[in-house]
Amino acid sequence: MSVQAHIGTDQSARVPAPIGLLAELTHRCPLQCPYCSNPLALESVAGELSTEIWCDVLAQAAALGVLQLHLSGGEPTVRRDLEQIVAAAAKAGLYSNLITAAVLLTRDRLQTLAEAGLDHVQISIQDAQPGNADRIAHYQGAYAKKMEVAGWVRDLGLPLTINAPVHRQNIERLPAIIELAERVGARRLEVAHVQYYGWALQNRRALMPTREQVVRSADLVAEARERLKGILSIDFVAPDYYAARPKPCMGGWGRGIINVTPSGKVLPCHAAESIPDLTFANVRERSLREIWLASDAFQKFRGLEWMREPCRSCELREVDWGGCRCQALAFTGAAENADPACAKSAHHAAFTRVAEDESAAPAPDFIYRRPQKPNPAA
Amino acid sequence: MSEAGKSARVLIGPGSTPVLPRHIKLRHDQARDRWTILAPERVFSPDAIAVAVLHLCDGARTADAIAEELARSYNAPKAQILADVMAMLQDLSDKGVVQA
Repeated sequence: MSVQAHIGTDQSARVPAPIGLLAELTHRCPLQCPYCSNPLALESVAGELSTEIWCDVLAQAAALGVLQLHLSGGEPTVRRDLEQIVAAAAKAGLYSNLITAAVLLTRDRLQTLAEAGLDHVQISIQDAQPGNADRIAHYQGAYAKKMEVAGWVRDLGLPLTINAPVHRQNIERLPAIIELAERVGARRLEVAHVQYYGWALQNRRALMPTREQVVRSADLVAEARERLKGILSIDFVAPDYYAARPKPCMGGWGRGIINVTPSGKVLPCHAAESIPDLTFANVRERSLREIWLASDAFQKFRGLEWMREPCRSCELREVDWGGCRCQALAFTGAAENADPACAKSAHHAAFTRVAEDESAAPAPDFIYRRPQKPNPAA
Repeated sequence: MSEAGKSARVLIGPGSTPVLPRHIKLRHDQARDRWTILAPERVFSPDAIAVAVLHLCDGARTADAIAEELARSYNAPKAQILADVMAMLQDLSDKGVVQA
């Protein structure tokens, strides 16, 4: 949907108003999924923003034009003040989406959250096969608990999305995953091929599917969408490595999405800290509006000025915005290069070959997502 | 609506009584000066006709009655309006924006 608005100010008359805020309330999480989107250097509880600051940030976001709030983490329900944060979102008129692993929720707490104004619940699942799901999450009983919570969500009349990250260790159960989403009464299912940044990049050899598996997953989703029209909508996030064109990462840098980390850093995307020469402003020090409009990190790759060839003269430069900066840096050594997922990138053949080689080799053990010392070599 | 187990696609007819479920928010978006539908992971931008239809979706009016009202307001033939309204409601129902 093409919702666009522009904030009229002197410094930046053409900067679109942001539509979504991804609020990473904490990096604490009981699960240890090896493809977690959090950075390798997880933030500690001591550095987390207070309730008051979060509530203020939500009011600022709404004033800036944000419509959708994604309450994420880590696991957002570890925060005892989640009810107050949800209530602040409702008061500000934000549409609130709880992105949860579900294992810590009780029925009473879910009801309290619903009464505070929560609009939507998204539960992640790791597989449709309980034993393998618990192994991937490294949490005994996770699958069973998630199914129980999904039932409460439905009973309380909240809309439910099931989010299923897929990779070589669960992709063969995709038909069962679709069936599960239908059975638990979800109206939406996200079949999201793992994106290889941070933890997933460390685990790429353990996660990368074959090209045949990827093609088959796309076919299965297309068939299910037709069959389940009006019952279950399915979003499909394709994997980059076998693509010919990159995804418009975050809908373009600094164009629609703001990410606030547990300690208040404001990022254009949740992986942006992997780009070492960026500095990030903090909501403790500057207003969200000022950060969105004028901070270095948001200005750095906004628009077209930063682009090199082949992006600069490409007719798709305002469609995909050059793809993902983090992936360009990680694979080609420069964040200004085209995303190697693009067939026009000089690095594309090598990029595809990595996926073909790694998916054909035996999968190593997972490196589970756990607090660790930052590893400069990673 | 929230029975356990699988559900079936809702088919809209002249007698359907559409309503926006609690979790669908039809709001005027101040920053962009337009109507917007907020839904799980979705933001829709309805056109003026869709907004007029959605404002009449109160769970009591039938699709037929909605077409009747719109035909009067827009001074247009009701049969044509009803066909358009039902097609629109079917699309909105498939997207989960209305239930009927």
